[in-house]
Amino acid sequence: MIECKNITKIYKTGNIETAVLKGVSFKIDKGEFVAIMGPSGSGKSTLMHILGCLDTPSSGTYFLEGQDISQLSDDQLADIRKDKIGFVFQTYNLLPRATVLRNVTLPLIYEGISRFQRDEKAKQSLIAAGLSEDRWHHLSNQLSGGQMQRVAIARALVNDPAIVLADEPTGNLDTKTGEIVLDTFQRLNSVEKRTIILITHERYVAEHAGRILHIRDGEIIEDEKNINRRLNNNNL
Amino acid sequence: MSLEDIFQETVSAITMNKARSGLTILGIIIGIGSVIAMISIGQGAQGSIESSIQSIGSNLVLVMPGFQRGVGTQVSSGRGSAQTLTQTDADAIKNEVTLAKAVAPEISRRYQITAKGKNTNTQVVGTVASYPEVRNVQIDTGVFISDQNVRSLSKVAVLGPTTRDDLFGTSTNPIGETIRINRIDFKIIGITKSKGGTGFGSQDDMVFVPLSTAQRFLAGDNYITTISVEAADPNDMAAVQQQVTDLLLQRHNISNVQLADFQILNQQDIVQTASTITDTMTMLLASIAGISLIVGGIGIMNMMLTTVTERTREIGLRKAIGAKKKDINFQFLAESATLTFIGGIMGILLGWLISLGVTHFAGIATEVSFTSIALAFGVSAVIGIVFGYYPAQRAANLNPIEALRYE
Repeated sequence: MIECKNITKIYKTGNIETAVLKGVSFKIDKGEFVAIMGPSGSGKSTLMHILGCLDTPSSGTYFLEGQDISQLSDDQLADIRKDKIGFVFQTYNLLPRATVLRNVTLPLIYEGISRFQRDEKAKQSLIAAGLSEDRWHHLSNQLSGGQMQRVAIARALVNDPAIVLADEPTGNLDTKTGEIVLDTFQRLNSVEKRTIILITHERYVAEHAGRILHIRDGEIIEDEKNINRRLNNNNL
Repeated sequence: MSLEDIFQETVSAITMNKARSGLTILGIIIGIGSVIAMISIGQGAQGSIESSIQSIGSNLVLVMPGFQRGVGTQVSSGRGSAQTLTQTDADAIKNEVTLAKAVAPEISRRYQITAKGKNTNTQVVGTVASYPEVRNVQIDTGVFISDQNVRSLSKVAVLGPTTRDDLFGTSTNPIGETIRINRIDFKIIGITKSKGGTGFGSQDDMVFVPLSTAQRFLAGDNYITTISVEAADPNDMAAVQQQVTDLLLQRHNISNVQLADFQILNQQDIVQTASTITDTMTMLLASIAGISLIVGGIGIMNMMLTTVTERTREIGLRKAIGAKKKDINFQFLAESATLTFIGGIMGILLGWLISLGVTHFAGIATEVSFTSIALAFGVSAVIGIVFGYYPAQRAANLNPIEALRYE
C-alpha cells in the first residue's frame, strides 16, 4: 500500500543544508490506522507532505499503491492527490461563505464529473463523516469547529481516496469535540476500512490509532503497536 | 474543470467582495465608455464633413482656371489668369472624355439682387440643364433651367431657399415673380431644395440663371469659371481627371503639365484629405480615452493581486485536493476577464448614452459604429487577460505547502 524506502529531505538555505528527514523507511498496509507522532521540528510535517504528494523526497523512493511517485512532475502529483489522497487540516481550510455541500464537492470539480453525481457522492461522504443532514445547506462559517472538521473529513472522503491524511485534526478543537472527530476517524477505519494516517504531537491523540510511528530529528525511532488503544465503544 | 464550474467559481468570487469588484468594474466602465464616446464624436465629425462634401455632388471632378505661370507660351495671359476656360472646353470634355457621365460648365460671380424693395448680395451661377444632376441639386418647386432656356438666352432664375427667404420671406412661393440682377429683370421659375451643407459655402444661398444669359448680360464675355465633370463610377475618377488634363493641355497647346492654365480638383482627394484630418482627431480623442482604459486595467490587476494574496490558503487547498496549475490559472483569468466583460458591456452603454447626450445637448453629430463597439469589447477582453495574467500566474505558481501555511 504505502512503502517508504530510505527517504531523505534536505532543505538548502544559501550554502547551508539542513536534513529534515534522514533516511525514513516504513510500510503501511491497506486498512491501517497509523499515527505519526513527534515533537515540533521532528520532520513529521515534512513526512506528511511527502506522503500526501505535496512534495517529493530529496532521495529514496515512495511507493503509493505500487506506483513510484518520488520523481513525478507537479501536474502528475496533482493528479495523484486528486485520485488517491484525502487531506484533513488543523485549520479545516473550508471555503468561507460557501455551503457545506459546495465545500464537499470541491475536489470533484477537478475530476469533471456531473453535478448530480457530485451531490450524491458528497451526501454519502457527509453521512460517513457523521454530519447531520440539517447542516448540509448551511454556510461553512456558520458551523462550529467540530462540524467544520467533519465537513473537512467529508471533503477528504469524497474522491474515495486510498489514504486519508489528517494533520493535527484536533489541534484547534477542545477535548470533547476533538474526541468526536477522533471517533469519526476510528469509525471510518473500522467500518469503512479506510487507511488513515494521523499526524500529531500529542500522545493522547496518537493512542486512538492502532499503530504509532515515533519520529524524532528526522528518523523513525520507534514503530509501536498500540495495545492500549483508546476506543469509543458506541462506534465500534 | 468544466466551464459551468469556472463560471460558478467566478460569480462567487466576484460577489464575495461586492464593493471592491464594483469599484474595479467602474474603472473599466469609465475607460470603455470614454473610448466609445470619443470615437463616436470623432466618427460623427467625419460623417458630417464627408456628407457636406458629398452634397456638392458625387464622383465630381472640378476643372477651374489656374494661374498662368510660364512666359512665352501661346496662351493668352493678358486677360487675367482666371479666364482660360471656355464653353468649347466644356463641350470638348463632354464629347471626348468617355468616362464622364455628365458635364456642367458654370460661371459664377456675386451680384447685388433686388426684389420688391428688398435686396441681397449673393452668388449668381450661370449654368446649364445638367447642373442639378452633376452637383446634386434638387428642385423643391418649379423647374430648373432647361436647354431651351440656355439656347434662347431666357432671363429666368432659380433661387436657393436661403436667397428666397432673404428676398421674399420664409416659406413663400415666389414663382412667377421678378428679381433684378445687375439691373436686369429675371423671372423666377423654380426654388431648389435646402442642402444644409456648410462645408464649402452655403449651397442654399444661390441664384441660378442660364449660362448663355449670364455670359451675355451679366459677365459680358465667354469665359466660364468652373466645369463640373461627373464620373460614371467612383473608380473612374482618376482616369477622368487624367483624360480631362490631357484634353485641356492639348486644346490649350501646353506641353508641360507644370504650366497648365487650369487646375483640377478631384472630389475623392478632398474627401481623403478631410478623412485624414478627422481620423487624426479621432485617434487623438481615442488615445486620451485609452489612457483611462489602461488605468482601469491597472485597477483590475491591483484587485486581482489583492485577491490572490487574500485567498492564498484557498489556492493552497485547491492545489492539495488536485487542482493543476492550469486550473488555478484559468480560474483567476476567468475572474479578471469577467470583471472587464461586465465593465465592457456597461461601458458601451455609458459611451452610447454620452454620445447621445453630446448630440442632444451640444448638437455635435456622433456616430456609435459597430466597429467601435467591437473594438472596445475586444480591448476590454484583452485588458482582462493581460492585466489578469500576472496575478493568475502568481496564484498558479504558489507552492501548495507554503500556501496552506499562509497566515
